[in-house]
Amino acid sequence: MAEYAFFLGCLMPNRYPGTEVSTRKVFEKLGVKLVDMDGASCCPAPGVHGSFSLVAWATLAARNLTLAEELNADIVTCCNGCYATLLEANHLLKENAELRELVNGKLKTVGREFKGKIEVKHVVEVLLDPEIAGIEKIKDSVVKPLKGVKAAVHYGCHFLKPSERRSLHESVENPAVLDKLVEALGPTSTSYSTKIMCCGAGGGVRSGNRELTDSMTLDHVKAMRKAEADLIVTPCVFCQFQFDAGQTELEELREEERIPVLHITQLLALAQGFKPDELGIPSHKVPAVKLLEKLK
Amino acid sequence: MAVFAGKILRDSDFKRDVVEKVVQRCLLVFGKEVSESFVSCIQCGMCTGSCPSGGRTILNTRQIVLSLNLETVYRYFDRSELWYCTTCYTCQERCPRKVRITDLMRAVRNIAVENGYMSKEHRAVIRYLYETGHSVPIREDVKELRAKLGLPEVPPTTHQYGKALEEVRKLMEELNYAQYGEEG
Repeated sequence: MAEYAFFLGCLMPNRYPGTEVSTRKVFEKLGVKLVDMDGASCCPAPGVHGSFSLVAWATLAARNLTLAEELNADIVTCCNGCYATLLEANHLLKENAELRELVNGKLKTVGREFKGKIEVKHVVEVLLDPEIAGIEKIKDSVVKPLKGVKAAVHYGCHFLKPSERRSLHESVENPAVLDKLVEALGPTSTSYSTKIMCCGAGGGVRSGNRELTDSMTLDHVKAMRKAEADLIVTPCVFCQFQFDAGQTELEELREEERIPVLHITQLLALAQGFKPDELGIPSHKVPAVKLLEKLK
Repeated sequence: MAVFAGKILRDSDFKRDVVEKVVQRCLLVFGKEVSESFVSCIQCGMCTGSCPSGGRTILNTRQIVLSLNLETVYRYFDRSELWYCTTCYTCQERCPRKVRITDLMRAVRNIAVENGYMSKEHRAVIRYLYETGHSVPIREDVKELRAKLGLPEVPPTTHQYGKALEEVRKLMEELNYAQYGEEG
């Protein structure tokens, strides 16, 4: 049985536990074991803490990486930000001896050492890996195809970029891999004009400049509504937070114009027959009532 | 470095050392490929044209890259647009000269922070990290929701393990990073 170290991050366990529970259920169903990384911290966020201090960012990321090294397991994460940080820091520390020496000097003060013996994976990468699960096995696990709805698939930036280190080798300008996964579960992926634009949350913009971040959410929702989307699907908890909480901050948007947001693992869990209540969907800020009725 | 730059803009504000710090930071973390990349910039504007923040604010990425070559990047330290970049990497992906713009942007911000330029909202993020190990800590209502979903009320992170939180704090102190969480 394949086994992964499950990196939780901040937003998933502390704001969207429905995504955490969905991921656990989905992996159990597919026969993939998730092991908790006891004592993990914030990844820390690539564009936020990386912007404040790249050395502190690399060191705190390295501490998280050593937790997985102790478990002797590759990491899986459900957030593009966590994925970006852990993947990038892991590569940089493996490749760059000077940085590794500096970071290990700091880690020594807490009795740790980065060895560079594991890999970092995004949850979608693991789901689509034919040796672990793969699209056919996922299709087989679907008991309730989610037909009759249109999904606005939002990839999020760090799932695809910077492309040089991403093992999915997906096009950054015209990606399709996630659309295929979503469509395998039943929904139609609807094309919309802001599809590859940033959700607006990253780089400390959400924490530091609410007006700017909200304007990007609004552009997305307008484009998604034009494309008649019934739901937004994303593989990133930060994008999920940005769209779910973000829409409720927009004065320009009437309540009935808001579009419900699901993480890809919540969508998969629904298709596997789990109930919305079990997946934390009613706790989202944008209610999914209409969507769930359509799916009945 | 652009050889003509000094002749055009050399004045009493000239601060060559800031660019040098950006270069050294990039060299340490990312390597030569990144630290030297901005000299290849041809000012085509692909970055600015691709920027989701630039399309709606005064952020002009091309000018920030130019300022690295003109050695005037310190002028961005107290400007809010330095923090409008969401680090989406679109400019870096599309740059025809392979300038590692997003990596450079983070390094420029690092040096701005080291010079004391940081918003109170961003200091708060560092404070949360120091106090809890999370940039977004748990809330009481989420604990209840977790329990309802059959998850442990407190996640198995630094929230649950005091020793792990001590490690994070110790590292943040060793790195002189915790200090930025204090009110500036």
